[in-house]
Amino acid sequence: MTQQGVRWTAEQVLALAPDAASRKAGSKLAVAGPWSQAGTSDEGTVWGLCKGSGSKPYQTIVDVADSAGPAYKCSCPSRKFPCKHALGLLLLWAGDDGAVPPGQAPDWAEQWLSGRRARAAERTTRTGAASGAASADPEAARRRAERRAERITAGATELEQRLTDLLRGGLAAAEQAGYGLWEETAARMVDAQAPGLAARVRELGAVPGSGPGWPVRLLEECALLHLLDQGWLRREQLPDGLAATVRSRVGLSGSPDGPPVRDRWLALAQYDTSDSHLTTRRIWLHGAESGRTALLLSYGAAGRAPELSLPVGLAFEAEVSAYPGAGQLRAALGERFTAPEPAAIRPPGVTPAAAAARYGEALRDDPWLDSYPVTLARVIPVPDGESWQLADADSDLALAINPSARSRPGLWRLAALSGGAPVTVFGECDHRGFSPLTAWAERTDGASGQAVALC
Amino acid sequence: MTSTSSAASSGLSWEELVTTALLGTDRRTPPGSGSGREAPVALLDAAAVETVRRRAGIRPVRAAVRPEPAPADGRPPLPPAATRRLATLLADRPGAGGGRRGTAPDLMELLPQWLALANAYGYAAPPEALPALLDAARGRTDLRPAALAFAGVRALWLARLNPDWRFALRAAPGGGAALPGPGEPERVRRLWQEGLFAERVALLTALRAHDPGTARELLASTWPTERAEDRLMFLDALRAGLAAEDEPFLEGALADRSRNVRATAAELLSALPSSALAGRMARRATACVAVDHTRGTPTLVVEAPHECDPGMERDGVQPKAPAGRGERSWWLGQLVEAAPLGAWSRRFGGRTPEEIVALPVADDWQGELHGAWCRAAVRQRDAGWSRALLGAPSTPEAGGPGAVSLAERAKLLATIDAGERAEWVAGFIGTHGLSEAFQLLGVCAVPWAPPLGRAVVDALDIARDAGSYPWSFSGVMGLAERCLDPVEAVRLDPLAAAAEEPENAAPGAGGYWAEAFQRLTSTLRLRAAMQAELAPL
Repeated sequence: MTQQGVRWTAEQVLALAPDAASRKAGSKLAVAGPWSQAGTSDEGTVWGLCKGSGSKPYQTIVDVADSAGPAYKCSCPSRKFPCKHALGLLLLWAGDDGAVPPGQAPDWAEQWLSGRRARAAERTTRTGAASGAASADPEAARRRAERRAERITAGATELEQRLTDLLRGGLAAAEQAGYGLWEETAARMVDAQAPGLAARVRELGAVPGSGPGWPVRLLEECALLHLLDQGWLRREQLPDGLAATVRSRVGLSGSPDGPPVRDRWLALAQYDTSDSHLTTRRIWLHGAESGRTALLLSYGAAGRAPELSLPVGLAFEAEVSAYPGAGQLRAALGERFTAPEPAAIRPPGVTPAAAAARYGEALRDDPWLDSYPVTLARVIPVPDGESWQLADADSDLALAINPSARSRPGLWRLAALSGGAPVTVFGECDHRGFSPLTAWAERTDGASGQAVALC
Repeated sequence: MTSTSSAASSGLSWEELVTTALLGTDRRTPPGSGSGREAPVALLDAAAVETVRRRAGIRPVRAAVRPEPAPADGRPPLPPAATRRLATLLADRPGAGGGRRGTAPDLMELLPQWLALANAYGYAAPPEALPALLDAARGRTDLRPAALAFAGVRALWLARLNPDWRFALRAAPGGGAALPGPGEPERVRRLWQEGLFAERVALLTALRAHDPGTARELLASTWPTERAEDRLMFLDALRAGLAAEDEPFLEGALADRSRNVRATAAELLSALPSSALAGRMARRATACVAVDHTRGTPTLVVEAPHECDPGMERDGVQPKAPAGRGERSWWLGQLVEAAPLGAWSRRFGGRTPEEIVALPVADDWQGELHGAWCRAAVRQRDAGWSRALLGAPSTPEAGGPGAVSLAERAKLLATIDAGERAEWVAGFIGTHGLSEAFQLLGVCAVPWAPPLGRAVVDALDIARDAGSYPWSFSGVMGLAERCLDPVEAVRLDPLAAAAEEPENAAPGAGGYWAEAFQRLTSTLRLRAAMQAELAPL
């Protein structure tokens, strides 16, 4: 589906930026000065030459009409994706002041475009063929899966042994043992092809150095890891949903096999977390019709932002399919039918008490759950000594704000937005408290204001 | 999973589980571990049940005391495009950019202008931008008044919650909601008597702007009990709206214990041409300068004072000259500076300031005499004398180290009307080029008047043709980015194109100039866009 003739807003463009620095650099290039031969076609392509520091201007092309999201090509050496030139060009185009007139794509742009469209057509035909190939030898696939399960079982058994040894000698000894012990065990879990176990083991190594109360946290994490091991070893006896959850927590990712749900999805929040070699982007969606909440994960290798980017507060029509597992919210984005655009959709909110109850219920389906998404309606951010809480406007109950969210600038944006009056807040609830991600102010006319990202 | 329930029902509390786990099951056998499983496994089973139970059992807490809601901000909200622009400007922190090179505008430098425009239109700040605004105002004191005025009452509400932003409470702008107005004499008196020093200065300054007499009476009511440093600051507040009615109070301050207070009082009195002090100074100063008609052309001759008597000292003359200056010329300078300029016309037979300045001065006294007249013209804000002392911008000595320095010229310019000022600086640049013009440009009104803008752009073009590097003019370039009228951007386009290098040019200079002009044009376009975004629909 193309968006012929539909110009984007600057928000939509800026939401594509991989980071704040790119947003800024792109904004600076959103002036006619450095651009020449800029133009746009009816098919939804924008191109232009941007004067850089060198003698030869950079060739920048963006295909905004692709159903899988916009595609970019720029001759600059930046590793950011999209680069500041692509962002600047799109902003210039979005500004609609005649700087990017309709026209015929120049040769250099046309080549890339025709190559891209040809490849896209090929891909559609090939996916059909590939899915046929996968099912061609189900016997081999079954044998592969069996071998992997055996390795995971061996890993889980070994991990159980290590945990038992630890508890026999006492957690106090773990403080001296340091990272080495856990790094080695984590490596064994990688060998056992259980990345979920490996990640949890690696986190155990950091707990003894995490300050007062660490023995409690270490016991909790060891116990949940033990629970996961036991779940895997007895997965045959578990109900289907719980067994699927255990499989995905261990690290058998599965594929999004839920029925595609076509809905108008509001992008609730988007934020990145990164370690040394991977950036993980989490995007929360809310379905206007289905009322469902879905989590999209996308990854970027070191230094590259994940490709998927959705502007918070805008809504689009698309198909979304769930991953397997009881109570699992992770989903995959299928075909998109419209571009993101401003919408009056708001997720229905609950009280702090109901939010705590929901988190508890979610743990019943998935005891290894890190956090659960929830929207709080009519809450007031209130400072409480060193910490903060979100107090129900209509009762004297409140949810504590997660200590890790306390030092983030988003908390102050939330306080400023509220000004002591009730707001609607979307965020993640876990056993340490609530982490606010997006908020809407209540306007005096009763309608709610623009979404304000807090992360 | 099935056996965990039996371990949990064994009655072990969470605390007991943690203690046992810390010590190890080898040292401490958990009581009731008769489930048939190994002790460590039984402990892990029990801990797993307890962990999930504890987490799932999370409950809301009792709400803490809620802050009073922020007062309503009645100003209209920013247009959406301006809201986005503000976010971009605020995201551009110092150190984030790459210095003065490149073609991209320096956004942080445009924030003051953006704030001034937004305040002129009277918009309310978007609440979610307040933390970034407060952070910016915290880092840059020059931004504070405009940023805090724009941030409004909700920012003060927010600042009470965050110690990092306490400065906002102290620096609440003069006319802000925190200060009592002229119609509230009781609150005014209470704040004057009980307020912090900064609050009292703000109060006095605000009051002086509306009602100079009441402000002076308020100050007089506590004057003898104030500390010397405070007296000096309060006295400074009287500069605004200075009038003949202030004379008795200032005369009293001439007898102050503190020398700085005495000097400031004398300075203020000398700016009142009709004051008794100004009269005394006029008599002393004019006695030192005479016209000698015995020479070919009438010439000014100077006889500097021979002593600094107690009367002079009481009127604020500093008796001790700084190192390297002769005492007599030091005293003369102070007398002439404090004497009303009108006295000189009377003394020299009704000559105009131009005629007086044109008179030759005997025995190298010209520099001292003209310098003192410059200071007097600035102090008394006398445009006629300023004009005379500035002379024509095209005279050779205007550009060089003449009797009147560039710093003094800049101050003189500030006393004359903005249009005339721009004309004068344009003429100066036309004759002397840009190197010396920086200080003078700084006192011109923004955006620059068309003749001034053209003079600057032409001079930059000439500098480029001469083959020098643009960063020799980076100060002027930076000013031009902020002060040129955005409508001039069109005229700059040909300059932004990479030109051919002249033969004697510095290597690569052409490319750098093109880059510098590109940044200038993009900044001007950005400023035009900023203005358009802020304009009400």
